[in-house]
Amino acid sequence: MQRREFIGALGASAMAGSLAGCATAGGSASGAKVVVIGGGFGGATAAKYVRSWSNNTIDVTLVEPNANFISCPLSNLVLGGSRRIEDLTVPYDNLVKRHGVKLVRDIATAIDPQKRTVTLGNGTVLPYDRLILSPGVDFLLDEIPGLKQPGAGDRILHAWKAGPQTVALRRQLEAMRDGGTVAISIPVAPYRCPPGPYERACQIAFYLKQAKPKSKVLILDGNPDVTSKGALFKKVWAEQYGGMVEYRNQHKAVDVDVATQTLKFEVQDDVKADVLNLIPPQSAGSIAVKTGLATANKRWCEVDFLTFESKAVPNIHVLGDAIQIAPGMPKSGHMANQHGKVAAAAVVALLSGRPVDAHPLYNNTCYSFTSDKDVVHVASVHRYDAEKKTMVTVDGSGGLSPAPNALEGTYAQSWANTIWADALA
Amino acid sequence: MHAGTVYRAGTASLHFDRVHNMENEVTKPGPLLRRACVPVALALAAFTGLAHAQSTSGTVSPQQVRSWAAACASCHGTEGRALPGSPVPGLAGRPAADLTARMKAFKSSGAQNVTIMHQIAKGYTDEQIAHLSAYFAAVK
Repeated sequence: MQRREFIGALGASAMAGSLAGCATAGGSASGAKVVVIGGGFGGATAAKYVRSWSNNTIDVTLVEPNANFISCPLSNLVLGGSRRIEDLTVPYDNLVKRHGVKLVRDIATAIDPQKRTVTLGNGTVLPYDRLILSPGVDFLLDEIPGLKQPGAGDRILHAWKAGPQTVALRRQLEAMRDGGTVAISIPVAPYRCPPGPYERACQIAFYLKQAKPKSKVLILDGNPDVTSKGALFKKVWAEQYGGMVEYRNQHKAVDVDVATQTLKFEVQDDVKADVLNLIPPQSAGSIAVKTGLATANKRWCEVDFLTFESKAVPNIHVLGDAIQIAPGMPKSGHMANQHGKVAAAAVVALLSGRPVDAHPLYNNTCYSFTSDKDVVHVASVHRYDAEKKTMVTVDGSGGLSPAPNALEGTYAQSWANTIWADALA
Repeated sequence: MHAGTVYRAGTASLHFDRVHNMENEVTKPGPLLRRACVPVALALAAFTGLAHAQSTSGTVSPQQVRSWAAACASCHGTEGRALPGSPVPGLAGRPAADLTARMKAFKSSGAQNVTIMHQIAKGYTDEQIAHLSAYFAAVK
C-alpha cells in the first residue's frame, strides 16, 4: 500500500511537471530551424511532434516530393481488390493548417553537414539547426542488373512503395489469363516490412481465387524460411488457398530477363512467370547514403537510439526504414512512427538545452490481412538498454495472433486510421 | 541479440525470436549465443531486468513520461484520444486507477477478451504503468 501511494505520488508530480515543462520547453528553442526530409510515417510524425512539443516555437520545414501521403500498410489490399489506393491516401494539409509545418513539395538533392544546409531539386537552399532525415528505402539495382535496362522498371514492378506501382501491379493481375503464374521475389532480410511479401501472396491469392481460379502464386524467397509470422502464413496458404500458393525458400534473385519475364537465381533454376513482382534488395534512401550516413554495410544508417542522431554526422537524425535496426526491431511504419516521436522529443530537448530522455520505451504492432477481412498480428515492446546502448525487446512481452480472425481485421483498419491521424492530422 | 532468445520456451516465442533476429543486418551470433548456457542467460536476464527496474525508479522526467505515452498514440490516438467510432478505446481522461487495473489484468491473465494488449502490457513495469495511467488520466 505504501509503495502504491509512493508510485501514485510520483505519477501525479510527474504530470504536474509535464504541464509546467510544456509551458517552458520551447523558450530557448524558439526560432530554431528544423528541416525534415521525407513525409512518410517517420518524417510526418516527427514534423508534427516537434511543432507540438515546442509549443509551435520551433520552425519546421517538411520536404516531400509527393502531393499526398500514401500508406504502404494496407496497400496489399489494393492488389486483393478490397481497397482502392484513394482509401490509403492522406493529404498533408493538416500538418500545415493545424500545426504550422512549412511544406515544400520537392526532393532533397544534397545535404551539407558542415554548413548545415539542404539543397532542393529547384536549387533552393534550406538552413537547419537540426535535420531529421526519414528517407525510406531505395533499391539496390546493381544487384539485379536487368532492372537497369531502359523500360524495365515499368514492366517488372516492385510495388514496394505504395502509389502508382501498386495500381499498375493490380492492372497486371487483372490483365493476366486464368491459369497464369504470379511470381513474388523476396530479397534477403533486412528489407522494408518483413511480413509484407507474405501478406501480398495472400492478397493476390484472394483475388485470383475469385477471378482466375486456375492461376498460381509462386513465392520465391531469398531467405531460408518465411521471415515473419511463418507458421500462420503457411497455414493460411494451405487451408484457405490450397493448391494456389507455392512457397520456395533459398531463391535469391540475382537478375531478370525482362523480355521473357524470367527470374535468375544465385543457385536455383530460372523461373518464368506471367506477372513478375520483383521486390529488389534495399538500402537507406539514396540521400542518406550520399551524405555518408549509411555506415552499416554501406546500406543502413547507424544511430544513437536515445536521439536517433547519426553516429557518423552530428545534427542529423535518421528515422524509420533507413536505420540499422536494433535487435528485434522490424522496419515497419509503426516503428517509424515511434522513432519519429523519440527523435522529436530529443530534438526539442537538445534545442532547448534540456537533457534528452534516458529511457526510451515503445512498441511495434504489425497487422497482416490474410483475406479481405481476416488478420494476424505480431507485436513487441522495446526498451533502451543503457549498458548495450541499443534498444532490446522486453523479455516476456510481445507475440502473435493464434489464428487469422475478423475481429483483428477491424482493429487493423482502426490502427491504420489512427496512426495516419497521429502522423498527419 | 537478447537473452530471451536462449531460454524462452514455446514454439511461437522461439519462432518469434528467430524471425526477429533474422531481420538484423548483423547476423553473426553474439558471444552469449555462441557460448549459450541456460543458467548464465537466466542470470543475465534477471540482472538486466533488475537493472532496468532500478534505473527508472524515481528519476523519470515529465518529458520521459510524455514520450512513453506518445508510444500508445499509434493505436489509441494522439494524447490517448481515440478517433470517433474507433473500436480501440481511448485513454484520455480515464481514471488512473482504472487504467492501472486494466493493464495489470492484461499483464497477469493471458488473453481474456483482448487480442494484443496482454502481449504489450507485459513489456511495461508496474512503475511505468503508474506513470502512464497518471498521464492519461490528466489529459483533458
